[in-house]
Amino acid sequence: MSNFFPRWANWVPLKLLLIAAVLTTVLTLGVWYYFTPKYTRVGYMPDQPAPFSHALHAEQLGMDCRYCHSFVEVSGHSNIPDTQTCMACHSQIKSTSPKLAAVKASWESGLPIQWVRIHKAPDYVYFNHAAHVNRGVSCFSCHGQINDMATVWQAEPQSMAWCLECHRAPEKFLRPQSEVFNLNWHAASPAAQLAMGTQFKKEWNINPPLTCGGCHR
Amino acid sequence: MSEGTAVMDASSAAAKRIERAPLVTNNRTMSWISDRVASCTERRAPTWWWITFTLTSSLAVVSLLCIAYLISTGVGVWGLNHPIGWAWDITNFVFWIGIGHAGTLISAILYLARQKWRTSINRAAEAMTLFAVVCAGIFPMIHVGRIWMVWFLAPVPTSMGIWQNFRSPLLWDVFAVSTYFTVSILFWYTGLVPDLATLRDRATTKIRKFFYGIGALGWRGGNRQWKHYEMAYLILAGLSTPLVLSVHSVVSFDFATSVIPGWHTTIFPPYFVAGAIFGGFAMVLTIMLPARAIFGLHDLITDDHVDKMCKIILLTGSMVGYAYAMEFFIAWYGGNLFEQYAFINRATGPYWWAYWSMIFCNVVSPQLFWFRRMRRHVLPVFIVCMFVNAGMWFERFVIIVTSLHRDFLPSSWNMFYPTWVDIWTFTGTFGIFLTLFLLFIRWLPMICIFEVKAVLPEADPHYHGHHKATIEGGGH
Repeated sequence: MSNFFPRWANWVPLKLLLIAAVLTTVLTLGVWYYFTPKYTRVGYMPDQPAPFSHALHAEQLGMDCRYCHSFVEVSGHSNIPDTQTCMACHSQIKSTSPKLAAVKASWESGLPIQWVRIHKAPDYVYFNHAAHVNRGVSCFSCHGQINDMATVWQAEPQSMAWCLECHRAPEKFLRPQSEVFNLNWHAASPAAQLAMGTQFKKEWNINPPLTCGGCHR
Repeated sequence: MSEGTAVMDASSAAAKRIERAPLVTNNRTMSWISDRVASCTERRAPTWWWITFTLTSSLAVVSLLCIAYLISTGVGVWGLNHPIGWAWDITNFVFWIGIGHAGTLISAILYLARQKWRTSINRAAEAMTLFAVVCAGIFPMIHVGRIWMVWFLAPVPTSMGIWQNFRSPLLWDVFAVSTYFTVSILFWYTGLVPDLATLRDRATTKIRKFFYGIGALGWRGGNRQWKHYEMAYLILAGLSTPLVLSVHSVVSFDFATSVIPGWHTTIFPPYFVAGAIFGGFAMVLTIMLPARAIFGLHDLITDDHVDKMCKIILLTGSMVGYAYAMEFFIAWYGGNLFEQYAFINRATGPYWWAYWSMIFCNVVSPQLFWFRRMRRHVLPVFIVCMFVNAGMWFERFVIIVTSLHRDFLPSSWNMFYPTWVDIWTFTGTFGIFLTLFLLFIRWLPMICIFEVKAVLPEADPHYHGHHKATIEGGGH
């Protein structure tokens, strides 16, 4: 039989294999990077109806987180403040600022401000704010340096792997109970954090659930 | 053996061996074998092929439509209920995966055991294995309900930060079945390469030359290529051999590692493997007998081949019968009331008809094969094989549904009634299976041409002249 395939055909399988290998690698890396919450969620910064600045209120003016998010220590759900909370100050301060238009409108109509939600756990995940902030887990651990944000954005992926990072080794994140709402607090060194965290974990008897039922109830 | 009487030397001793029936009858030549097998793919598709293909592919479409309906609506379209959370879905899975085992046994174990009669049936049996695994793979995939989550079974790093439960037999199943499919397809393809080269060399059209040329991977039949081929095939046979035993053992762990009375038994792995080989050989005969008749391959797949397969069916069928009896014995001997109830309920409860159908089909009907006459007539062989096919489906149904339908809480006791979706999804998988098989016999040589040539007397290096006595003894 004569040669049906030309000589260069000998290299076709090898070339195809090479292309397949490159494509597979690129595809895997692409999915790894672009399809995970690290990419899809972190940095989400929607426009809000009122340009509320945490940098101004929490950092410059030194307001406590709990002034507005008043139920965070006692409730599973951490509340977004109602218009009355804003107006407690703003009926006196900067009451004519155009930036407060949405707050004013809400105050007059009695309808709440439609804040855009940023951090959203799926409905099959049960997360309790009170359980965390009362046991040395700072706002900072999940929401990042929110006291420096002029507009709030998502700082952490909040994926399941990310939750488990802390649930598997809470000593890396626990801080003194007095510093939970101090977002500028940092341990002296990683070693100091680990020593302190280990001590808190023991003293407070912290056993974060690792079973499915811990969060998926 | 007149010449063996003179001196009792080596050759005359060989001549005294019991004469074996030739594996290829009617003194067919090598070119006849090539012609006969290759022409099945070269002639125009006969009318019967188109009619059958239309029927089976329509049936396959019905199955696919049922699956689409299931996925779009939810598993509620099946008759599953509480406590019967597994019924036809897993029955069908085990049924199909079991059928594949004959192919692996023929291709791997019989190869390593130098059973030359495997050569004319291994190709089709291996193809059948692949198609059966395709049908089997559908059911665990679709029974999870949210099929788009099925990738959770794959151990890849995810943003969930957890691995699969490696202690679960359901995960072992995923590995067992996917390994089985991969090794089977490699084995099958490796064996196909020299024959694809034959088809390429015989090809008259450009398209055939092109596609068979690609498939043949540049095979030229040189000495070195044959050496590599033989080694590769031997290694693959070695890899496949443990799979014959492991795959269905792992499938049986799905049940045996649970605590359900009727499932929680140590006899399951060997019993499942014997049952799988039993059902597999029945399915091989079910499709090989019509194929042999249609393509006139009686000289290659002889009555001796059928006879041997019937003996394996008789052996494994009796092993399965022994296992059924032993289950009852252990239920009594173990003294566990729940276990005893489960088995008495199987035989006399509301599913008695399924149990006794299973006993009749799997244990009673193969006993006909004790008689040589029965093994050598196509009709009784075919009828028994059909019984075995049905019986093996009933076996899995009995194991799964009768064990589940009587829960530990009598208030949960229930019956299973299949819906039309259950019925047509299963019926349709026969369409998928047969469609793939019809495509196979149309495009690929259904008998391993070069291996069959190797069992001809002419293939013996001593055929032409030397050691004449050995040849006349015919002991090859």
